[in-house]
Amino acid sequence: MKKYDLIIIGSGPAGLTAGIYAARYNLNFLIIGELSGGAISEAHKVCNYPSQNNITGFNLTQNMVNHVKELEGEINQEKVIKITGTDNNFIIKTNKEEYNSKKIILAIGRKKQILNVKGEKEFLGKGVSYCATCDAAFYKDKTVAVIGGGNTAVTAALLLAEHSKKVYVLYRQKSFFRAEPVWVKQLEKEKKIEPIFNSNIKEIYGEDSVIGVTLNNNKKLDVQGVFIEIGFKPNEELSNELGLKTEKDYIIAGEEQETNIKGIYAAGDTTNNHLKQVITAAAEGAIASTSIYETLKLEN
Amino acid sequence: MAKTIEITAENFEKEVLKSDIPVLVDFWAPWCQPCLMMAPALDELSEELEGKLKIGKLDTEVPKNQVLAMTYQIQSIPNMKLFKDGKIIKEIIGLRSKESLKADLSEVIDLS
Repeated sequence: MKKYDLIIIGSGPAGLTAGIYAARYNLNFLIIGELSGGAISEAHKVCNYPSQNNITGFNLTQNMVNHVKELEGEINQEKVIKITGTDNNFIIKTNKEEYNSKKIILAIGRKKQILNVKGEKEFLGKGVSYCATCDAAFYKDKTVAVIGGGNTAVTAALLLAEHSKKVYVLYRQKSFFRAEPVWVKQLEKEKKIEPIFNSNIKEIYGEDSVIGVTLNNNKKLDVQGVFIEIGFKPNEELSNELGLKTEKDYIIAGEEQETNIKGIYAAGDTTNNHLKQVITAAAEGAIASTSIYETLKLEN
Repeated sequence: MAKTIEITAENFEKEVLKSDIPVLVDFWAPWCQPCLMMAPALDELSEELEGKLKIGKLDTEVPKNQVLAMTYQIQSIPNMKLFKDGKIIKEIIGLRSKESLKADLSEVIDLS
């Protein structure tokens, strides 16, 4: 079995930054991730990462992947199935291999929330989409609805307005208080976008593909596309199985990014830090690797 | 080693519909970040499954290919359709890791 000082689980900004720091501390480490780049790779624009005022999520994370590789960091695309053992002797079983590691960083991120309404599953790929970046161009001159009101929903609406003839934004709250004001301002200027507040969706309906949505007040809107952007929830399977302390499924991490289990650290969107941004994920990854480096130095 | 092949409106019939082995066609576009993320997995899988499965990529952004995207009613990408004997036997929508894509495919074709 291959042995490491540190295994980082997750290959988004938190995991990749943890890798960059681990490499510079000369730790013998491995990154295991299912999808290189993590959730932010889908973002059509990232404009708030220092030195990057307009970069695609994919390019930003690929730069990070390349940075890790330049430092001879190893990234294995595998799925972690089980973690057993204790501090300084963890066994990480993936769909392919078993590894031994002294310390672990969980940078396992979040997944997209589904809406859970009638028609959502049925019309996936037939009008229902979870990725405006991917699919906006297929809705040229059509009428679409974006569900949600956070940053991902507001930016999705702005992108869709470049292609579609009309964009409804259906949000259950009474204002866009969650989204960054700079995006909201752009949205308010865009004439093709019509927000409908205090609205929940009851059903997505159609024939071969989507033709409309029914709201909770039974009002119907004719739309050919429904973009679901209602946020994310943590990937909680591993943390629950390990018995990690969580708050609403987010792993509780201390100042050194340590969890309640000795030797296991957490970083990025999976932690209970309320700001979910690339920069905070990267920072937490850096802190986690530094804490581990200092702990290992004391232990050896 | 067989990397993925480029599928176009011109070679679609020959490479996909008349293929002797199953073909996975990835409908993609250059602006689609998850499609770009899929690309290395598709290349690796194509090499791994040489002789059992052919993997082709169809760029929906290329004007001459748009008829095919419309024929197969592509509204969400990445969108992968598995063809066997000219018929679609499985559709996969959205980003997948290599392993989960392989698992999806092995539900309908023998990859062992």
